[in-house]
Amino acid sequence: MRATSNIIAYLQAAPLMAVLATFLIAPIFMIVIVSFWGATEFSIYPAFQFDNYAFLFGSPVTYKVFFATFKYAFITWVFTLTIGFTVAYFLAFHVRTQTMQTALFLLCTIPFLTSNIIRMISWIPFLGRNGIANQALISWGIIDEPLEWLLYSDFSVILAFVHLYTLFMVVPIFNTMMRIDRSFIEAAYDNGASGLQTLWHVIIPLTKPGIMIGTIFVVTLVMGDFITVRFMSGSQKANVGRLISNDISLLQYPSAAATAVVLLVTVLLVIGILLRFVNIRKEL
Amino acid sequence: MTNGCDLELINLTKKYGDALAVDRINAHFKAGQYVCLLGPSGCGKSSTLRMIAGHEDVTDGSIVLDGFDVSYLPPAKRGTAMMFQNYALFPHLSVRDNAAFSLRMKGQDKATRYAVADELLEMVDMSALADRLPSQLSGGQQQRVALARALVTKPKVLLLDEPLSALDPFLRVRMRTELKKLQRELGITFIHVTHGQDEALALGDELVVMNNAVIEQSGPARDVWSTPKTEFVARFMGGHNVITFEGEKAALRADDVRFGAEGLPATITSIEYQGAHFALNTRTQAGEDILALMPDEVFFDTPKKPGDAVSLTWDEGRLHRLQT
Repeated sequence: MRATSNIIAYLQAAPLMAVLATFLIAPIFMIVIVSFWGATEFSIYPAFQFDNYAFLFGSPVTYKVFFATFKYAFITWVFTLTIGFTVAYFLAFHVRTQTMQTALFLLCTIPFLTSNIIRMISWIPFLGRNGIANQALISWGIIDEPLEWLLYSDFSVILAFVHLYTLFMVVPIFNTMMRIDRSFIEAAYDNGASGLQTLWHVIIPLTKPGIMIGTIFVVTLVMGDFITVRFMSGSQKANVGRLISNDISLLQYPSAAATAVVLLVTVLLVIGILLRFVNIRKEL
Repeated sequence: MTNGCDLELINLTKKYGDALAVDRINAHFKAGQYVCLLGPSGCGKSSTLRMIAGHEDVTDGSIVLDGFDVSYLPPAKRGTAMMFQNYALFPHLSVRDNAAFSLRMKGQDKATRYAVADELLEMVDMSALADRLPSQLSGGQQQRVALARALVTKPKVLLLDEPLSALDPFLRVRMRTELKKLQRELGITFIHVTHGQDEALALGDELVVMNNAVIEQSGPARDVWSTPKTEFVARFMGGHNVITFEGEKAALRADDVRFGAEGLPATITSIEYQGAHFALNTRTQAGEDILALMPDEVFFDTPKKPGDAVSLTWDEGRLHRLQT
């Protein structure tokens, strides 16, 4: 009896296991294997050597590019968190009716009806040398020369990241905020807390799990990205994703795999550190 | 015990849109009393309490505490403190930090506020668990912490919103004793909202019975119980029969009803043993139900059974006219 029920339980879990094994575990496993292979200009060959890693860790470019990746992730995180928290706070605590909440929330998701690339590229005519932004600023007399740093710069990359990923911050924070019992806020008010004190001592601590989930989304998305950096910097800036994509376009698969493994480990470490701070389990 | 902190409600009104939740109520509570606001759900008792606390805007009228109109002051400036129905303890703060919350908001340093908080936790007998989180406490313990947190602000009036409703019956009776004891020791006014008449009688020096947004009757607990003014109060407080007597509604306490040789003819419809006494439901020829409570000894001496014809009598003056 017990054995059969065990078998049934395994069978029930089997489809999910099969999906995960095929589409998650096997590819990662293969990437790890390939990262130890060797490559010449025109071929790759199976081997078990540390050349790829030695080259990666020996090159100053790697450290620069990883630093740039962390920089993008951090700055994007600061902006998405500030904007996302504000929007979620407004939706959760200032919009009274649920219909209005749902309507405004759907409004936030409308940009997501178009693809990432289109949303990104639509910034280019706006920010370009003769784009709307520069022309408007010149015609208002605020600047005399077009601003060079608006497009193809760290500014435009981070702008696009913030635009693309703020909603990933809004959703989990809004979700956590909606679960905060309103009587906590009344109790804080009853105990003499001002609006800001309530925000700092009650709402932010209780929203931490949502902030953490949003942070994980944004950090992993930004650290794994390559297309945004390429388009918005006009191929002038690099992050780890671009390093990998360059290797691939040069058919240097083992080297790309090694970089991918290092990036994966880095991202996992970052998430591991984040999870040390906040327990998100009750949110899942 | 009087320290002059009387609480007065003057024409206090609350409207939600067009719906009238509280309709021009007037009340005067002397300082240091245990007041129970009593009524069925939706009668306006919670709105009244929340207006006194400052968590609900006053539509019209005033709340006067200690001679000052506090109707438009923020909750913390009124001299009131509220204990919430679900206690609303901050889940991310320890028991001690919860109790010290209002002092922290005032900017007192850690040592000072912990000293005061510990004193209050000692009073509610929660010192031993001061480092725990609220989720690690039982319902009764959470309530003690909520009490300590409310009392840290040194309120003149403590407002309790159905404080015992979340507890199991056994704990409810125990906490009720402790609430009463605490109120006597502190000597401040407690205003306690409840829908249970037994709780109100057990605790309240002063009862305020509300129904349909107005006060049906207020006064000392004994007066409200023994001389209900209206049919609603008589029925809500329980233990009373409302009968038509000489064309007018009158209240008659169930334990005043006796079976005699002559009187109002009625038939017993059901009998319930309740330990100390028997509850006998009877129906008169006019079709009115009358409950008679009979001490168990009397019942065993003269047993009755459903279907028996009886005559109901009561002593002169026990029948009590009701206002319509």
